[in-house]
Amino acid sequence: MWRAYLTPTTLEEALAMLAEHRGEARIIAGGTDLVLQSQQGKCPSTVMVDITRLPGLDQIAERDGYLQIGALATHGQVASSPLIRERAEVLALACGWVGGPQIRNVATLVGNVVNALPAADGAVALFALDAEAEVVNLRGRRWLPVAELYRGVGLCTIDSCVELVTALRFRALGPGQRSAYERLAPRRVLALPIVTVAAVIEIAEGRFVEARIAVGPVAPTPFRAVRAEAALVGQPVTAEVIAQAAALAAADAQPRDSATRGSREYRLDMVEALVRRALSQVMTG
Amino acid sequence: MSKETISLWVNEAPHRVEIEPGESLLSLLRDRLGLTGTKNGCGEGHCGACTVIVDGRAVRSCVYPAARAEGKRVETIEGLARDGALHPLQRAFIAEGAVQCGFCTPGMIMAAKALLDRTPNPSDAEIRRALRHNLCRCTGYSSILRAVRAAQAQMRAAQAEPPDASAATSAAAYTSARPLAAVGRSLPRPDARAKVTGQAVYSADLRFPGMLHAKVLRSRYPHARLLGVDTRRAAALPGVVAVLTARDVPGVNRHGLERPDWPVLCDDKARYIGDAIAVAAAETEALAAQALELIEVAYEPLEVVDSPERGLEPDAPLVHESGNVAKHIHLERGDLAEGWARADVIVERTYRTARAEHAFLEPECSVAVPEADGRLTVHVGSQIPFDDRRQIAAALGLPESQVRVVHAETGGTFGGKEDIAGQIHAALAAWVTRRPVRLLYTRPESIIAHPKRHPTVIHLKTGATREGKLVALEARILGDTGAYASLGPYVMTRTATHATGPYEIPHVWIDCHAVYTNNIPSGAFRGFGVPQAAFAMESQMDLLAEQLGLSPWEIRRRNAFHTGSLTATGQELRESVGLLETLDRVQAAWRALDSPWAYQTAEGKRRGWGLACAFKNVGLGGGAPDTAGASVEITTEGHIQVRAGAAEVGQGLVGVLAQIAAEELGVGPERAEVLVGDTALTLDGGATTASRQTYITGNAARLAAQALRETLAAVASAALGKPAAPLRFADGRIGDGERWLAWEEAVALARGAGCALRAERVYRPPETRPLGQGGDMHFAFGYATQAAEVEVDPATGEVTVLRVIAAHDVGQAINPLGVIGQVEGGVVMGAGLALTEDLPMRDGLPLATNLAQYRIPTVEEVPEILPIIVEDPAQEGPYGAKGIGEIPSIPTAAAIANAIHAACGARVYEIPATPERVREASTREASTREARTREARTRAPMPGRGSGRAAGDSR
Repeated sequence: MWRAYLTPTTLEEALAMLAEHRGEARIIAGGTDLVLQSQQGKCPSTVMVDITRLPGLDQIAERDGYLQIGALATHGQVASSPLIRERAEVLALACGWVGGPQIRNVATLVGNVVNALPAADGAVALFALDAEAEVVNLRGRRWLPVAELYRGVGLCTIDSCVELVTALRFRALGPGQRSAYERLAPRRVLALPIVTVAAVIEIAEGRFVEARIAVGPVAPTPFRAVRAEAALVGQPVTAEVIAQAAALAAADAQPRDSATRGSREYRLDMVEALVRRALSQVMTG
Repeated sequence: MSKETISLWVNEAPHRVEIEPGESLLSLLRDRLGLTGTKNGCGEGHCGACTVIVDGRAVRSCVYPAARAEGKRVETIEGLARDGALHPLQRAFIAEGAVQCGFCTPGMIMAAKALLDRTPNPSDAEIRRALRHNLCRCTGYSSILRAVRAAQAQMRAAQAEPPDASAATSAAAYTSARPLAAVGRSLPRPDARAKVTGQAVYSADLRFPGMLHAKVLRSRYPHARLLGVDTRRAAALPGVVAVLTARDVPGVNRHGLERPDWPVLCDDKARYIGDAIAVAAAETEALAAQALELIEVAYEPLEVVDSPERGLEPDAPLVHESGNVAKHIHLERGDLAEGWARADVIVERTYRTARAEHAFLEPECSVAVPEADGRLTVHVGSQIPFDDRRQIAAALGLPESQVRVVHAETGGTFGGKEDIAGQIHAALAAWVTRRPVRLLYTRPESIIAHPKRHPTVIHLKTGATREGKLVALEARILGDTGAYASLGPYVMTRTATHATGPYEIPHVWIDCHAVYTNNIPSGAFRGFGVPQAAFAMESQMDLLAEQLGLSPWEIRRRNAFHTGSLTATGQELRESVGLLETLDRVQAAWRALDSPWAYQTAEGKRRGWGLACAFKNVGLGGGAPDTAGASVEITTEGHIQVRAGAAEVGQGLVGVLAQIAAEELGVGPERAEVLVGDTALTLDGGATTASRQTYITGNAARLAAQALRETLAAVASAALGKPAAPLRFADGRIGDGERWLAWEEAVALARGAGCALRAERVYRPPETRPLGQGGDMHFAFGYATQAAEVEVDPATGEVTVLRVIAAHDVGQAINPLGVIGQVEGGVVMGAGLALTEDLPMRDGLPLATNLAQYRIPTVEEVPEILPIIVEDPAQEGPYGAKGIGEIPSIPTAAAIANAIHAACGARVYEIPATPERVREASTREASTREARTREARTRAPMPGRGSGRAAGDSR
């Protein structure tokens, strides 16, 4: 449990607080996972640096040719943002699956990434969007691919005790690009998924021009099914091509047997089924 | 640790509050501001009961840091009503029967308010989306959805024109086919207003000066010898007042409803992971928890009996010295050999059902208070106040007169609050410390500690003649009863005696073992062993129908119980057997929907209907004492007070009793107040279990009210100069149609004449006999038929329940709105059993310990439910009523399993029918069919077998 709860009002102040309580302090935004972890004694940080009063971080806007999502934008904001719904639908769909309004009203998309769980819906969509994250610490700012933030189940390369992610950005989908988000869970809502698939696809003249397929939570981190993507690009849009790609996506997955979410074999089959479904969804959708 | 002061608005009032580091908004509201209307259902953000609105948005206050609320505007349930006028949502929740136990209600209403504040005209999907994080275990959500729609309509109307007070509500339109003055009318519950305003007091809402908080240390191992418990370090912690072990139990260190095999605090061994080793009582909950960590326990871990199969092996370790078979149940009727000889078709299959958790929204909480006169009062929301008193007194070595149990408002039970859970620990700590002690379970503790629904393996061999008449049934049943008997032996007896389903079978051989293991005990859970039997037998019925070329309707119709039928125990059903009517009504309702039995959607999904029938005893039966008492009093201000020892656990008994007393005395039910479950103020009502209280306590209240009626009739007779017997009591007056006396006047005359205006009666139902002794094992049965429509996604195995038609013979609906609520809630609970609910254990350890991992249905999974009330009266029941508590949950899983088969050809033999299991079954079915087709091609073509099932399922 924390012993101090700090509410900085500028980014500089937040970073200074982290520095002052070096190692003891941690950034908290929505806190939907962190508060519970702290209450249950699973978080060693004793100082919470609450960034929810930092100005301007809840924006969702187009900037420098990117769609940019601030660190305080909640899943609810992302899911209902006209900008995201029109130009990166896969992310709006994924965020809409997260919890209920009580979670979506509070939980931030950036927090979803920093938490680094492979089951995170929003993160899987960000993988498919080739998103980047802006990391800020006392040394400065840098943009990193979201995929590089993951180093294992629940392990993020960002150390929330010294730095924070202030924004996410990605290129909006082009006019020829379509996207889909597919999710299978043991209960329709409020349950960790068995498999999730996010896909961004471009088709021209009956052929796949571009394919980005992200899959979770069937490996320690969400991942891009690169072999499946390669198998699609340049190929005609046929059931055979799609089936082959789906099988390749499954071949890259490494799910575990789960007593509550299904056997490894079933989950592998479901990667295949959901990739197939996402691709047909894109074509018909 | 530094305290901090924050400022915030709560319900538009400014507050400055000192908070602890790490404190949640929920704790700020409940513990600092005393706003206990906001509930703590899990403390982990999974259930939504703690939902409040912060700056216009719904949030979960249990995981919302109090410090973050600085400067914010918080709305809680207490702020909704203005100057005594309820918010439209509150009114609609009352009118639609969307309130049962009431524990989820404040959070649900706040989530709905957050939606309507921003989206005045939400679609159905938007309503479901807004409420998906608010779990409810009683209502099945249907009435909640109706209430939100009704409130929305009213709020819209209110903006345009003055509020329409007469706005008709949908569910409240149900009435009995035989309505009387008060009985048979859909009326709001008398406790609904308190529950929608946050004023209802559950035991965790109680505060006493100097109250301590207790925590229980539970076993580290599922099976271990206890070598020693050292509490010295824990006891030395400042703020810790007592640390108690088995040595501190002054009386009998065992409890148990069927047999006393369960230690209050372990002395010799720990037999499951929830076993209690020690209790710490401290100034705060956190200190009590800290104390537990300082208790040193020396264990010698023993081999774990992880399944009933293992428990029966000759070399299995003994869970109890008496042996691992907690109960062997056997019954036979007729001659099985003759049965098989007469059978033209025989179907033999093995079925498996999962361990299920009640997931009532209110975790267990007992508050024990030493009284000035030396007695001890225990406030608890449980199912059997008088058994609680008996067991607390025995453990404390006190006479029962020294212990008073007061039934608190109860947030759902479903069988899971029959056994002792904290009552004795709290009482013991209060007795030792002489201070009030509260013991509130955490959600994981609740899941680990209290008994579950039995996981079973049911092997059935069923034979029928060519004409479709059942002739023989052989059943071998194995139930995992866990570490302690709880009510397991009775539960498994019910599985055995209901193994035939509600069908006539002349030759029956049923053998059943309830086996001790080192798993969490299994005990009572709505349906009491019968849902498991129904899943197996109703699957058999469809398999037989398929082989015989009969429809699912027809095979059931040809075998259904009717007046004069004999059950497996040889009991003759002499009256009130409404089964065929439920079957006919469901069939008619299905026809009216004009929905094909099985078909494929344009998107390639498979849809199908499935059918199941059920019966369930009302009352304990089996020769058990089954009486209940009630008293009825007319107070000086002319109110009627009904008192009964039964428990109100959300089912609506308080309304039923009010309606019965009002009916007899000829006044409006709003005049009747009901007090239940106080061992100092009420007569023993027995257990609130086995769907028995409407029948038994209902009869007791009716008899008591009738005694008062006779008193008033005598007085009125003298005053009117008319004979007493034919006098009518109606509309607040007494008379013969010509001359009337105002009710109040009759009461005043009776009081003036010194007549007793209070009567008490104990009702004893018709005698029952134990299994194997012949005669009637039960005095009444409820009957039901349900048809479920599902959609199966063949690619993933996902199943969606679309519609359920549910017809229930309740004898007589006392409050049809309440009956509908039981049916809708039961159906949704049955859908959970069918599809998502499973509490797996490995090596004696549970693999799901919270409400995210244990998956009860959410509002997003709720089908459209079409309830049908059938009323085949039971002679002895009050006005003909029987019981309805359990049976709505019994046929649902079976109907869904049969529907899955109709939809896609896949038959699941194990529930829950998870996507993986359905897909597996479907793959298996496809390969069998392929093999069959190949075989058929090489031989003669097979004749088509009936039921229009989708053929050529390619995968």
